Amino acid sequence: MFGDSLSGGAGLLAIVAMAAATYAVRAGGFALLQRLKPSPFVEAWLEQIPPAVFVALVAPPVVSGGPAAWAGAVGVALAWRAGAPFFLVVLSGVGLVALTRLL
Amino acid sequence: MIHPVTFSSAGLRRGAGTMVPLLPAVVVFAATYGFVARQQGLSVLETVAMSALVFAGAAQMVAVQLWQHPPPLVELTVAAAVVNLRYLIMAPVLKDWLAPLGGVRTYASLFLTTDENWAVSVAEMRRGGRDAAFFVGSGLALWVPWVLFSAVGRLGGGLIPATEPYGLDFIGTAVFLALLLPLWQGRRSLLPWIAAAAAALLAERLLAGAWYLLLGGLAGSLVGAAMHVRR
Repeated sequence: MFGDSLSGGAGLLAIVAMAAATYAVRAGGFALLQRLKPSPFVEAWLEQIPPAVFVALVAPPVVSGGPAAWAGAVGVALAWRAGAPFFLVVLSGVGLVALTRLL
Repeated sequence: MIHPVTFSSAGLRRGAGTMVPLLPAVVVFAATYGFVARQQGLSVLETVAMSALVFAGAAQMVAVQLWQHPPPLVELTVAAAVVNLRYLIMAPVLKDWLAPLGGVRTYASLFLTTDENWAVSVAEMRRGGRDAAFFVGSGLALWVPWVLFSAVGRLGGGLIPATEPYGLDFIGTAVFLALLLPLWQGRRSLLPWIAAAAAALLAERLLAGAWYLLLGGLAGSLVGAAMHVRR
């Protein structure tokens, strides 16, 4: 029983340490850039991060996701080209994935 | 001229609203995490505390996989930092919104950084949005169901519906794709995007965890920045 409460404390301690490490990366890069005046290269770099991260987020699931994921990606692209609102763009992708899996 | 950054309750609500389409995905992911946490022997308190304090899905899934009794503190801490390392370069993109908030509010907001609310906030920022509450609202709209349904999954695991027949596992990808497409800038986007995709695919095959996000993001953004500076 004593061992149980001890390991419970160790579990929470590990969670607090994980939380601190995660917060450190969330705030650390931001804090660094606050102190240092970013060079033109760093400015251009920050500008280019969002599309690069989005590409990195979608490439593996789309490429290795098979026909359903490919159809879903095409659905998103077509709905976006047609000027559909964000919600419908997402729904088109999800709908085509579901449809393809049904076939 | 650029308008000053504001922080309004309307912005808070608008940011939260953008997360509504993601809600089913968040609920399923959180419940899955809770279910795995139960299998790995985490208590209810530990399961919920991790969701509330760490608030990072991929890192938490890795952590529960590594979990033992007693928990390997160093391993868990290093894994959390590595899986979330991408936030080092992602969070600074929000500086025009978060820096003007000042001190405690800036650094409290940064706690809410996740891929999803970062993505919609960057999109809103590029559309000229100047309400930093949008970021906090979208972050809280993820945090609340994330914590809640982690507890539900931990307590009631086994009731998780299959998501694949409904394509719900594709929601996250669809959202990121919908945010990515408007960022296409013609031919000068081609090389950075190919670099990001190639690095991500390669890293995903060779390395465990979320390294592919960091490496893909680094490769694509560095190629893009190098092209920009050379011009």
